[in-house]
Amino acid sequence: MNAPRPSWNVTTSLPGLSAFVAGEELANLVDDGHDIVVLTADLSTSNRLTDFQARHSARFFNVGIAEQNMMSIGAGMAACGHQAWVSTFAAFASLLCAEHLRTDMAYPNLPVRILAHHAGISMGFYGTSHHAVEDIAVTRAIAGMTVMAPCDAATLRACVRATLDEPGPVYLRLGRGNDPDVHESNVEVQRGRFLRVREGNDVTVIATGIGVQAAVGAAERMAGDGVTVRVLDAVYLKPLDVDAIEIAARETGRILVVEEHNVIGGLGTAVAEAVAMLGVPARIAKLGIEDQYALVAPPSHLYRHYGLTADGVVDRLRGLLSA
Amino acid sequence: MSNPTLVDLPRGRSRSIAELKRRADWIRLQTIELTEIAGSGHYASTFSCAEILAMLYYHALRLKPSDPSWQDRDRFVLGKGHVAIGVYPCLADLGMLPQEWLRRYTRLGSPLGDHPDMTKVPGIDFSSGSIGHNLSVGAGMALSARLRGLDYRVFALLGDGELNEGQVWEAAMAAAHYRLGNLVAIVDANGTSLDGPVSEVMGVEPIVDKWRAFGWKVDEFDGHDISALCRWADRLPPIDSSTPSVLIARTTKGKGVSFMEADPGWHLGYLGPKDRERAVAEIEGRLA
Repeated sequence: MNAPRPSWNVTTSLPGLSAFVAGEELANLVDDGHDIVVLTADLSTSNRLTDFQARHSARFFNVGIAEQNMMSIGAGMAACGHQAWVSTFAAFASLLCAEHLRTDMAYPNLPVRILAHHAGISMGFYGTSHHAVEDIAVTRAIAGMTVMAPCDAATLRACVRATLDEPGPVYLRLGRGNDPDVHESNVEVQRGRFLRVREGNDVTVIATGIGVQAAVGAAERMAGDGVTVRVLDAVYLKPLDVDAIEIAARETGRILVVEEHNVIGGLGTAVAEAVAMLGVPARIAKLGIEDQYALVAPPSHLYRHYGLTADGVVDRLRGLLSA
Repeated sequence: MSNPTLVDLPRGRSRSIAELKRRADWIRLQTIELTEIAGSGHYASTFSCAEILAMLYYHALRLKPSDPSWQDRDRFVLGKGHVAIGVYPCLADLGMLPQEWLRRYTRLGSPLGDHPDMTKVPGIDFSSGSIGHNLSVGAGMALSARLRGLDYRVFALLGDGELNEGQVWEAAMAAAHYRLGNLVAIVDANGTSLDGPVSEVMGVEPIVDKWRAFGWKVDEFDGHDISALCRWADRLPPIDSSTPSVLIARTTKGKGVSFMEADPGWHLGYLGPKDRERAVAEIEGRLA
């Protein structure tokens, strides 16, 4: 007797992973002759590296639930000349494997790419073990580590291509995979440069990840009040675009930083530090997770709760403008 | 392109066991000399693997000193990175790094630290220092050889205390899973870690059964028996075999200097002038 066919498939029914295009892009690059290998730790359906596996299975290694082993194996392969892509949840990549990122990848300056997906609180009700609101702080403090945060599919493709020839490691901080498109499909990134998303002269929002679309929504609403908001996407968290920060400070005098990260040690800290060292008078506010463990809830509910939405950004902007 | 026949130092090259024995004692003397510059060092852990290092660098590893990053070279990674002090003199002797570097060992700006840095030292295949990482790194190198169709071997030298680290077993599992017959581990089982006997600090026995259960081919013998070490290296399974190999080398911490053998406190230390004289005299007595 035949067993009944399941009507529901956990992988295909996941709420859209359309932003996770790295597997597809990397498979294209292998087709073009690039020596890329991809490793995952039992999460290939969550990060859609199955797209890569389907086309280049000989270059795909699933090491099982052993993230540290994956990091060191990837480093060993990179030491033999491959560009090695390792992938796991940002919480495990940056915290469980922080030493591997430093000692096995950055210190020997190896071409490893760390695809750290589901960063911030995007794992929602999975809870604190799966949240990563410390990873910007950890990875920026590692000498030789480039840190990027593509906020949508097109930017992820651009980041994959932009870093092809980088000799050292790159930490790519990704969201939850269903992140809406913010940039044009032909967006290009330039090392150490923010992306200018929207022009404005009254106040600047420097945002990263999920914060970028929130900032764009806020800027649209503020335009109705006659306030022009400049929006910068901090796609490079390291090296930091100090020039863009300086110009924003000079021209708008007020900067709000929006990030799905602890307000300690993240992008807000980096921007405040840059402004302070530039000596440009500017008022800075930080919108992020206030040095606490986030509640559990579906991600969209958490974003509303912590103000990482257009409404939340508008509230903070109004406060900053009246300060 | 790959052409392993154009090699300066082929596998299985040494003829004289006596010469390799002397080489191991030479490594011990060099270790004492370099520690003198640093002011402290890992004498005893290096002495326990002196025969293993002599066997690798002067017998088993296929190398091309004129091109330390030659893609067909056999790789050697240290799990126990603190024995780099015994590796540097070999690399210098083989012409992979300048002899002068040894004289400035650990001094400000020296490429040579207690733990090896692959970006600074030719012939070091991977940096080391954080115990437990490098069997995984070696597995990555062995996977790369499979992917590229290269016939180099990867050797990883681990301590028995290192087997406390969970990642070693993650790597052991993965190597068997990926059928990495081109990966070879050597456990320098000297029975002692920093705080005392491994059996008291955190027991690792039965080591042989553990590796066997993980799917490795296991050999076990006296790690100071240089002829056994050479025979073992000569009879390693072919590169394309599907089973990784491990040697449990039963060794003595501080081997070769009797008062160090008797006192496990010598893991990390400094011989004063008197003890240094005694140690050197004992080793040179054997070389005379």
